[in-house]
Amino acid sequence: MLSPSIRKPLEHVVRATGTVILGKEGQIRLALACLLARGHLLIEDLPGVGKTTLAHALAQLLGLSFQRIQFTSDMLPADILGVSVFDRDSGAFRFHPGPVFTHVVLADEVNRATPKTQSALLEAMEERQVTAEGLTRPLPEPFFVIATQNPSTQIGTYPLPESQLDRFLMRIELGYPDRAAERDLLAGVDRREILAGLQPCLAPEELLAHQKSVRAVQVSEALIDYIQALIAQTREAPDWQAGLSPRAALALLAASRAWAWLEGRDHVLPDDVQTVLPGVACHRLHPAGESIARLSPAEVAARLIEAVPIP
Amino acid sequence: MAKSKSQAITAMQTWWLLAAALSALLPLTPHVPLWLSALALTLLAGRALLNWTNRRLPARGWLILLTFAGSAGVLAQFKTLFGQNPGVALLVLFLALKPLEARTRRDGLAVIFLCYFLVLAQFFFAQSMATAGLMLATIVAVTAALGSLADARARPADLLRRSSLMLLQAVPFMLLLFVLFPRVQGPLWGLPRDAFSALTGLSDSMAPGSISNLSQSDAIAFRAKFGAKVGDTPPRDQLYWRGPVLSEFDGRTWTSERRLPLPRLAYAPQGPAIDYEVTLEAHAKPWLFALELPGQLPPDSLMTGDYQLLAKTPVTARLRYTVASHTAMTAGLDESAGVLRRALALPGDFNPRTSELANGWREKLKTDEAVLDAATRFFLTQGLRYSLTPPLLGQHSVDEFLFDSREGFCEHFAGAFVFALRAAGLPARVVTGYQGGEINPFDGYFTVRQYDAHAWAEVWLKDRGWTRIDPTALSVPSRISQNLAAAVPAGSNVPLMARLDLTLLRELRLRFDAVANTWNQWVIGYNPERQREFLNRLGMRTPDWRQMTATLAVLAGLVLLGLTAWALRQRRRTDAAQRVWLKLGRRLGRRGLPRASWEGPLAYAARIAARFPESATEIRAISALYGRLRYGSLDPVLLDELKTRVTRFQP
Repeated sequence: MLSPSIRKPLEHVVRATGTVILGKEGQIRLALACLLARGHLLIEDLPGVGKTTLAHALAQLLGLSFQRIQFTSDMLPADILGVSVFDRDSGAFRFHPGPVFTHVVLADEVNRATPKTQSALLEAMEERQVTAEGLTRPLPEPFFVIATQNPSTQIGTYPLPESQLDRFLMRIELGYPDRAAERDLLAGVDRREILAGLQPCLAPEELLAHQKSVRAVQVSEALIDYIQALIAQTREAPDWQAGLSPRAALALLAASRAWAWLEGRDHVLPDDVQTVLPGVACHRLHPAGESIARLSPAEVAARLIEAVPIP
Repeated sequence: MAKSKSQAITAMQTWWLLAAALSALLPLTPHVPLWLSALALTLLAGRALLNWTNRRLPARGWLILLTFAGSAGVLAQFKTLFGQNPGVALLVLFLALKPLEARTRRDGLAVIFLCYFLVLAQFFFAQSMATAGLMLATIVAVTAALGSLADARARPADLLRRSSLMLLQAVPFMLLLFVLFPRVQGPLWGLPRDAFSALTGLSDSMAPGSISNLSQSDAIAFRAKFGAKVGDTPPRDQLYWRGPVLSEFDGRTWTSERRLPLPRLAYAPQGPAIDYEVTLEAHAKPWLFALELPGQLPPDSLMTGDYQLLAKTPVTARLRYTVASHTAMTAGLDESAGVLRRALALPGDFNPRTSELANGWREKLKTDEAVLDAATRFFLTQGLRYSLTPPLLGQHSVDEFLFDSREGFCEHFAGAFVFALRAAGLPARVVTGYQGGEINPFDGYFTVRQYDAHAWAEVWLKDRGWTRIDPTALSVPSRISQNLAAAVPAGSNVPLMARLDLTLLRELRLRFDAVANTWNQWVIGYNPERQREFLNRLGMRTPDWRQMTATLAVLAGLVLLGLTAWALRQRRRTDAAQRVWLKLGRRLGRRGLPRASWEGPLAYAARIAARFPESATEIRAISALYGRLRYGSLDPVLLDELKTRVTRFQP
């Protein structure tokens, strides 16, 4: 059992974020688990449900630097990564780092940019470094990208290809707040004021230490059997065009560890796997039939979970 | 209690069941009445149609009606419901009906087991290598259907692969049981006589045309294995395999007389004995075949007064026996007067021209030898031709053959010769059997086929006893020196294996025969004797069935032990904690809260807590403890605590 004092600041993060994004504790926890697992997060939802606010609040509470990039269709890779400009004083080119050089990047409406620009960001996400004009510059640690995406049914979008979706550890949906939460939102103070008042409760180094201890969460043989059984089911069942990749299996394990750690356990339970499964698996699976395509991610995950007995 | 939804079989599983049923039924169709095959296939097709269109299964009343109607049909066909053939017919009927009421997994299992049983039933009818291969394929299909019942979402290719793998894994057991399971002599169940009604072979009567019918078949009559040396095989003109001896003639048909066993072998061998082993195909008649004349009888056989070798029961299964024969031998010097009298008997008013000719010989010539010479010369010079399709003969068949058509098969030659000798006052009789045969270069077995069937004559001379004369050899020497195809006119319809051309086809056929023979010798013919021989070679001295059973039990036990140890090693992690947890799940299952197989400990605990709020804290603690023991590290102290708390947990 982990000592509660270690997790206390993180519980505080969850609670404090909850004062900004009302009624979405599950999603906040998943976002935090994603961060702890050193993964990147994709939030797919309609405009105005609080995607930006969530990213902003998390960055602020964790004491991380924050940059927001609003993706547009005329954006170029240099607008993200940075550009070298000739400096007349020194008589040499000087690199001006782009907005990606920060702890938390909010890539807003990532599917509005052209694929070229999208892939510039996604490469930085994967390699945690930027190579421009022959020089490789590491990105700061921790590095966490929260990309938001409008549902691809909306006009003017370049949906992310499957291979790039795979770079995101999790995809979550925020959804509309329920009636009570929405009423509180309408009746309460301006969210921007609350956001400005949030105090960091963690230093970046502490977050790095936590990420490390997440990786030490114990995973038993039985649990690996379970994860393998789940992965095998996605590959064997006729519901999907292709099964989950080994990278997805690793992602599932990392996310489960982070979730177990957040729950205060030093070992992963099948329940943890089941909790993170919709977020980790659903954007990687492509339904093979009409009937499955109509299901929501939660229903798809439930179908998968119920097909696999826990060994 | 209503059947739970998870037990209902899906459309895919139904397809598998239908495929399994079809694969088990199709090979049986030649062995059940035609109407039953048609009914069974119609029922399966009907079930397939219902499955295809996703319609409801027929009402129970219809099925009961069909069951009774089908059983009544079987009863009408066989006059009984008991016995092997009606039993198989009933099983076929039930297997075709069962899918029509298969709604749940349990029904599916019934279909599967019927399929397995019908696979066994197939061996009542045939035990060839092809049957065994076909049944292995059927078993793969049926096992795949069983797999589909267990795993509804599995893909067909995976199911087939898995079931083939299981069959492969079963091979060591199969071999072990085959080799070591104590053998009993003869089949375990009696085979019906009519199973052999279609078999070809020599009968105990001979009319013109009866042997030439056999000449159209290249089915194997028997195989013989002589010693390993080339010289061990006697020359071709001595390969007379003696079968039924026919000494009674009614003007058209030669028949054998009542058979009396010979008290002792009343003949004097000349020259060394030839030892050989004969593997006789089933022919549903009691006679065994041996080279003229056997000096030593195989076990369970006897010799009749006319030197015919008989088994004590009809040969209804392939039979192997060893014999020693002397091809040169004097027999019957002191033949009884009664036998000789019967060997002279002729019906009156038949074949006047032949009788006249023979009487002429008798009047002109003094000695029996001279009469025999005259008869032989007559057959040599009469210009008789050998033909597979001789013309039909009328009442005086011998006259017409010898003087008019002059075209015949060996039964014409032998019959006419014996008739002529009897008419001239020499005791003579017809011997049927096989002549010649062919060595299969691929396994060294000497193969005698139905087209080698032959008839020759035996004449009794005072100082030489019974002497073999082959009138066919006199007129058509190539029949004996080569074979049937050499003797008949070009263009005759000769069976493939007798032909002298088409070498490649014949070679393929010989190779196949050699493989089939190995199968027969070692698989079908694996009788107590073979088993003893084989086990002796493995170092088990004179094993009896007790010792064999013990060895079998010990070996099977060791294999099972090994497998268990392996499985236990695999399952060591399914530790004590899980057992306790599963026990809790079962106990709460009886109270309406069963654990779903996919349900994690926390989710299950939450469900229990919702149902029994007063025990919420306790069950949460238990599930946390279990999670820690099973998915964290196994601590014996905590395990004891878990056990105690689970036992005490009575919401």
